[in-house]
Amino acid sequence: MTLLWLILIPFIGGLLCWQADRFGDLLPRWIALATMLVELAITLGVWFHGDYHLGNAGMAGEALRWSMEWRAAWIPRFGIDVHLALDGLSLVLIALTGLLGVLAVLCSWHEIMRRVGFFHLNLLWILGGVVGVFLAIDLFLFFFFWEMMLVPMYFLIALWGHSGSEGRTRIRAATKFFIYTQASGLLMLVAILGLVFAHHAHSGEYTFAYADLMQTPLSESTAMWLMLGFFVAFAVKLPVVPLHGWLPDAHAQAPTAGSVDLAGILLKTAAYGMLRFALPLFPEASQAFAPVAMTLGLIGIFYGALLACGQQDIKRLIAYTSIAHMGFVLIGIYAGTQLALQGVVLMMVAHAFSASGLFILSGQLYERLGTRDMRQMGGLWGRLGSLPGFSLCFVAASLGMPGTANFLGEFLILFGSFPVAPWVVVVASIGLVLAAIYSLLLMQRVHFGPAQGEGRFADLDTREYVMMLSLLGLVLLFGLYPQPLLDTTGAAMSEVQRLFGAASLSTTLLTGTP
Amino acid sequence: MSLLPLTFLLPLAGTLILTLSRGRLGAQSCAAVGVASVGLAALVTAWVGWRFLTDGGQGIGITLWTWVAIGDFQPTIGLSLDGLSLTMLGIVTGVGFLIHLFAVWYMQGDAGVRRFYAYMNLFVASMLLLVLADNLLLLYLGWEGVGLCSYLLIGYYYRTAANGWAAFKAFIVTRLGDVFLALGLFLLFRELGTLDIGEILARAPQVWQEGAWQARLAALLILGGALGKSAQLPLHTWLADAMAGPTPVSALIHAATMVTAGVYLIARMHGIFALAPEVLTLVALIGALTLLMAGFAALAQTDIKRVLAYSTMSQIGYMFLALGVGAYQAAIFHLMTHAFFKALLFLSAGAVIVSCHHEQDMRRLGGLWQKLPLPYAGFLVGGAALAALPLITAGFFSKDEILWEVLAAGQGGLLLAGLAGAVLTSLYTVRLIIGTFHGVAKSENARRADAGRGLLHGLPLVVLATLSTFLGAWIHPPLSGVLPAGPGADAHGAGHTLLALLAAAVSLGGVAVAIWLFHARRHWLAQQVADGWPARLWQLWHRAWGFDAAYDRLFVRPYRGLVRVLHSDLIDRLLLLAAWLSWALHRGLSGTQTGKLRLYASTMVAGVALVLLVLVLRG
Repeated sequence: MTLLWLILIPFIGGLLCWQADRFGDLLPRWIALATMLVELAITLGVWFHGDYHLGNAGMAGEALRWSMEWRAAWIPRFGIDVHLALDGLSLVLIALTGLLGVLAVLCSWHEIMRRVGFFHLNLLWILGGVVGVFLAIDLFLFFFFWEMMLVPMYFLIALWGHSGSEGRTRIRAATKFFIYTQASGLLMLVAILGLVFAHHAHSGEYTFAYADLMQTPLSESTAMWLMLGFFVAFAVKLPVVPLHGWLPDAHAQAPTAGSVDLAGILLKTAAYGMLRFALPLFPEASQAFAPVAMTLGLIGIFYGALLACGQQDIKRLIAYTSIAHMGFVLIGIYAGTQLALQGVVLMMVAHAFSASGLFILSGQLYERLGTRDMRQMGGLWGRLGSLPGFSLCFVAASLGMPGTANFLGEFLILFGSFPVAPWVVVVASIGLVLAAIYSLLLMQRVHFGPAQGEGRFADLDTREYVMMLSLLGLVLLFGLYPQPLLDTTGAAMSEVQRLFGAASLSTTLLTGTP
Repeated sequence: MSLLPLTFLLPLAGTLILTLSRGRLGAQSCAAVGVASVGLAALVTAWVGWRFLTDGGQGIGITLWTWVAIGDFQPTIGLSLDGLSLTMLGIVTGVGFLIHLFAVWYMQGDAGVRRFYAYMNLFVASMLLLVLADNLLLLYLGWEGVGLCSYLLIGYYYRTAANGWAAFKAFIVTRLGDVFLALGLFLLFRELGTLDIGEILARAPQVWQEGAWQARLAALLILGGALGKSAQLPLHTWLADAMAGPTPVSALIHAATMVTAGVYLIARMHGIFALAPEVLTLVALIGALTLLMAGFAALAQTDIKRVLAYSTMSQIGYMFLALGVGAYQAAIFHLMTHAFFKALLFLSAGAVIVSCHHEQDMRRLGGLWQKLPLPYAGFLVGGAALAALPLITAGFFSKDEILWEVLAAGQGGLLLAGLAGAVLTSLYTVRLIIGTFHGVAKSENARRADAGRGLLHGLPLVVLATLSTFLGAWIHPPLSGVLPAGPGADAHGAGHTLLALLAAAVSLGGVAVAIWLFHARRHWLAQQVADGWPARLWQLWHRAWGFDAAYDRLFVRPYRGLVRVLHSDLIDRLLLLAAWLSWALHRGLSGTQTGKLRLYASTMVAGVALVLLVLVLRG
């Protein structure tokens, strides 16, 4: 039942926020905060009481091992269940969702002033949908939650967003986001149905259950087509160049909380989807596709970095850096070694922290300066209290400074991918230099250089300071002692590696060594 | 439990206190925290070093915790102390402490001292982690950490955009080298299955034959990292611009410690280089080229800090030369003496700069030797050591040892380069001292120079000056157990004496020529370089052989062009074609909705006719 509650709590909290609107603006905020804190507390409780230690992985037999499972029939005729299950990977990502949910509520405290109740309804429903995505192992249910998160996100951007320059309106950004993700979601639905029919043709019964569908024997070409259906859906969300077009617009136009959710969690649902579905369901096809996927990752690293350098809007810059970072994640996923996969997990968590940190900081900048255009900034160091110092720290994290979790994530991915695909790693490493270029460019344009005016802006208040300090603390904690996290996801990742790695025996890819 | 971790924890604590104080500490307290943390670290180092030496040189290894554990990948946060790291530890904390002390005088009245000491302490902590790390991943942490602090301190005076860009350049160029180092780490881990330095050195000869391609590649990649950090050809362009930072920063980071990290790294990984003799030769070659290139460049600078920057490059070139012929101990010995006399020179330069109201161009200085006796003395002693004046200076002993090892290795060409470099060193050193202190004061700032006073100003200069004389050369780093002996270790004899005499003659001769040239014949010299080919040559040297311009054309401009071409996200525009297409279709189709009944009726009839036709033809 705990799993069901994990999903229901945000939805119920959202409804309460909506209704509490009539009692003033403050009540919805507190309800939302309390909801996310409860969610986080439950997740942490599950974490402490469960055993996710790596030791379990060694005995990984044929049956999938879930730490918790909950199941109820939904549409028995088609074999559709409400089937939820939790392992280390989903646990970590749900904890992340809870934490970033708290931050999203906190950073909207003074930013959102209109329709506060409805705003929090949308915010919490996004989070509820995301938790559903992380828990569902019935493919129909998964698709349900996958589509479910889009709608409130659309409203979040369309109703509370900022309108950018050059005719970039928030409605346009929201529509673009919706069409991109909706269209790709349809592809995934087709792929899911294709898989179900293939299973039906083989066994004579309809089922959407993950464990059953995994056993479906598929011809090589069918597997490839179905895998591509999943891949494209996830690739849009990750995002993978060339399917990234929605991301910069959505980020730039979304309110801060929306950006935090987008960068922090929504992008991670894509990586999760690849790890949970695309790879395990179609190991051979994925293995054959790996060179392409890694190449796309490389393109993402370079394209994102180059575009980040050319932006004037600080949020667009950060959005493009996300594309570059997700390129590393894509490479790590398709390298498929234990080291690389663990690096992917760490990278996802690290990027969630650092990108959210940067987005919250640019939100705070916007609240003080009234602009996100970097041409109107410069020389802000010394005029903004501790904000520039925090910017520096998160910029350092984003460029992969050792000591931060981002460094370990990137390096684990690269260490893990090197034996499999050395040339990919060589090229990707150049991305480390590009990361330094765009990160420091941000510092230089915003905080250094001649000041454009005298006088100081308001320093961070306690809420903002505590928010940034705790994010920073987490970045450093997981940068210096990531073991609790890695131990939690170890079993789940070696499962992925086992399924995916078994396929690699039959196919050889970009290997440098025989 | 050894006190060793305290050496880096104390400066780290200093950083944390300064950072988290959020302006609650006054300038005085900030300086006190900043200096005390490094001072205490120096005391701990002294204690640890004394224990180490009295224990007969037993190495210490401390593992604080396992950083990451995934399968075989188990790097730790672990420190190890041996003769080499102890030497570095002593330099970093000892010289570092003196520089911090001097910085209190130098930075007084600056509004941002909290930031300054926070960065400086973080630098010391990172540098200590770099030299103490027992595995390459932790070394890399320190390696990048010092890079970040270097960036922050070069751009310390952030209001001037140029400083920020200098810092930017320094970080990016060194990061380029760091990528090579990172690739080296990936390769070493794949081939040897460990990142522990001791184990790597033990396993490498078992796994690889001498000259194996993996060993060569690993050595090359490590070298790439070292080149960036130590500002050697071709990744040297950042160091001269790095002088934008406060002068104590230049002394600490860009002379005594960080820039020598590359030398440390190669010495530390000597076992890999031993398996790749060709790469080692390349190290020597790069060192020789850099020392000549930078020597000429130093000759043609007018900013006193830029002279010193190029001289640093040149001296590190000597260290690379020594490494390249397998004389690791000589390289580290020169690293140590260089840290003493170059820190002295930079601090003296700092004293001149502050006394002359932030004037640092030789064309506007001069005639200062009576007004600023202590910095003048510092320049004389430091300059003598730099030019390696025989017997009385520390620099003579270390440089002589390098030259001897090069000769013993049978590298005649490289020896010539080293001797030529010695002449250049004498020339630019004398030119620097004459230009700064002699002649007439060439600007109001120089005429109104106020000498610095106080213990904070004087003590660091005096101590460093003492260490720059032959007294400093008496400090023998305990390296024999760690680093292999050089090629000339057991062949001291007539050859060595002869070479020492030759080197002494070269250095003295250089000084004599330089005094004649830059003092007695200075007007003649000025006329000579006024136009024609000497002027062009002078310009070429002044721009340090035009590397900056070339790199600008080769890398920076294409990159910026690419950014400009892409900045509106071309791929996104391409995908928007789909949206445009559906919009165009919409326009086309809605154009048929005219509301004219006759058109609708005729279209309908035509449609029916078409369908019937198809049916008939198929039927």
